[in-house]
Amino acid sequence: MSNVKGNPAITTKMVPVFIMGKRYEVPESFTIMKAMEYAGFKFIRGCGCRGGICGACATVYRKPGDYKIHVGLACQTVVEPEIYLAQIPFYPANRASYRFEELKPIPEEVFKLYPELFRCVACNACTKICPMNIEVMDAVSALKQGNIKKAVELTFDCIQCGLCASRCFGELPKYHIFQLARRIYGGKILPKAEHLKAAAQAITKENRYDKTLKSLMQMNEEELRRAYLEREMEPVTATEDWRPSEKRFLLE
Amino acid sequence: MELSYYPGCTLKTRAKNFEDSATAFMAALGINLKEIPRWNCCGAVYSLADDDLIHQLAPVRDLIRVKEQEQGKVVVLCSLCFNTLKRANLLMRNDAEKRKTLNTFMDEEVDYNGEIEVVHLLEVLRDDIGWKTISDKLKVPLKHLKLAPYYGCALLRPQEVAIDQMERPVILHQLLQALGAEPIDFPFATKCCGSFQAVGNREGALECAWNILSSAIRRRAEALVLSCPLCDFNLAGKQEELKQKYPEFKGIPTLYFTQLLALAFGLDSKVCRFELNYQDPRPLLESKGLL
Repeated sequence: MSNVKGNPAITTKMVPVFIMGKRYEVPESFTIMKAMEYAGFKFIRGCGCRGGICGACATVYRKPGDYKIHVGLACQTVVEPEIYLAQIPFYPANRASYRFEELKPIPEEVFKLYPELFRCVACNACTKICPMNIEVMDAVSALKQGNIKKAVELTFDCIQCGLCASRCFGELPKYHIFQLARRIYGGKILPKAEHLKAAAQAITKENRYDKTLKSLMQMNEEELRRAYLEREMEPVTATEDWRPSEKRFLLE
Repeated sequence: MELSYYPGCTLKTRAKNFEDSATAFMAALGINLKEIPRWNCCGAVYSLADDDLIHQLAPVRDLIRVKEQEQGKVVVLCSLCFNTLKRANLLMRNDAEKRKTLNTFMDEEVDYNGEIEVVHLLEVLRDDIGWKTISDKLKVPLKHLKLAPYYGCALLRPQEVAIDQMERPVILHQLLQALGAEPIDFPFATKCCGSFQAVGNREGALECAWNILSSAIRRRAEALVLSCPLCDFNLAGKQEELKQKYPEFKGIPTLYFTQLLALAFGLDSKVCRFELNYQDPRPLLESKGLL
């Protein structure tokens, strides 16, 4: 047992990990990201939200006595003794260029922009490596079958980390392909939300929020801080009938 | 009754006329073609290189999906998918060493040992339903329609996957007779349509198509009957190019055998999706009073 540097209140066991092949001792409760920083690495890429959402910190690692490649987001995955790890902050993948307004909402548009889609051999390496547990190969299959909706639903959780592209036998830039599918689906297949139109109009045509925004911009730091602390928040237990006391800005 | 069914990618995109007509006439026979879940592209061609196991993953994975449904067999419509899946199935059944390699690689799947049967829809019609049942179901006999049954390669070669006699197949002839049409024999019925040569050797593929089509026309066939979207692409999809190359060529429609079944069963012709046929067969069918 030893004290964690800079925080004497926490005592923890140290475990050995291998970061890019070199051995370091790190506290056992640390995430991979914290462990790497503890070991002296400084992230200028490969680190984003630190909340498991943005996908910037995809990490691959192996455990002793196990042939499997393991994956996780460095900010979410806790270290294990003796693991070998490295971060993959970016993986090159070509993105097709297109003018979205000229695309038709048909699968053939995806086929034209990414003909390599048909190089998939169904090896399933993409699904095995996805840190978000997406059925990546099924989504590729869905697109080949012309089923944009299914591909979009399957890849909804994609964080664009690129690990699927790194492992692809057919060299498909999968995360770009799925992004195109989601854009086509969201922009051209799903019905437009009527309430969104009203909200956009309130902002751009009625200038409903301009005055408030302007007054915020004119506040000094002290006033801003107070306004922030005094703001009315929706209670955690609120039902959908809850309304703020200030109703001027509601769209109803 | 329910049958596990593997559609293949083309039946879900370019060849909806093949799939929609098939599910419709099968429903009329009281059989539900139930699409297997989570299927992937079969690979579109069986890999012939002995050590190229990576390209066996796709068809074998599809066979595993069938096994997971606890189904004894899977029905396929597209001739190429049928050929690819059936050969991969035999590989898994007969080659213990490759079976082990493939099962070990796919460690996320259950082991597969070639347990299921891969059958073509034509075999289901002949062996399970029978020509007589089909004849009894006729509402619109396809009288006076002279049709050339075109088999191509994938239903007949190699021998271990053939659904009929390789040299002189009769299964499509028998179907057409059961439907009241007149099958037209022609010597190019089992010749290759040009297959994937259409990609790298366009002239060669065109020549294949020309030999087949002109042979059928010489014997007064009014349309060709097919079971493969790739054959259709080569034989019907390339007819405008053929007309330029051979000015005497006037064109000839092609039909999937499933469209003929739907028509003969008196189903709404919408299920045939004739608008998707490369060469519109509707003028011919109207001239015979079938539409």
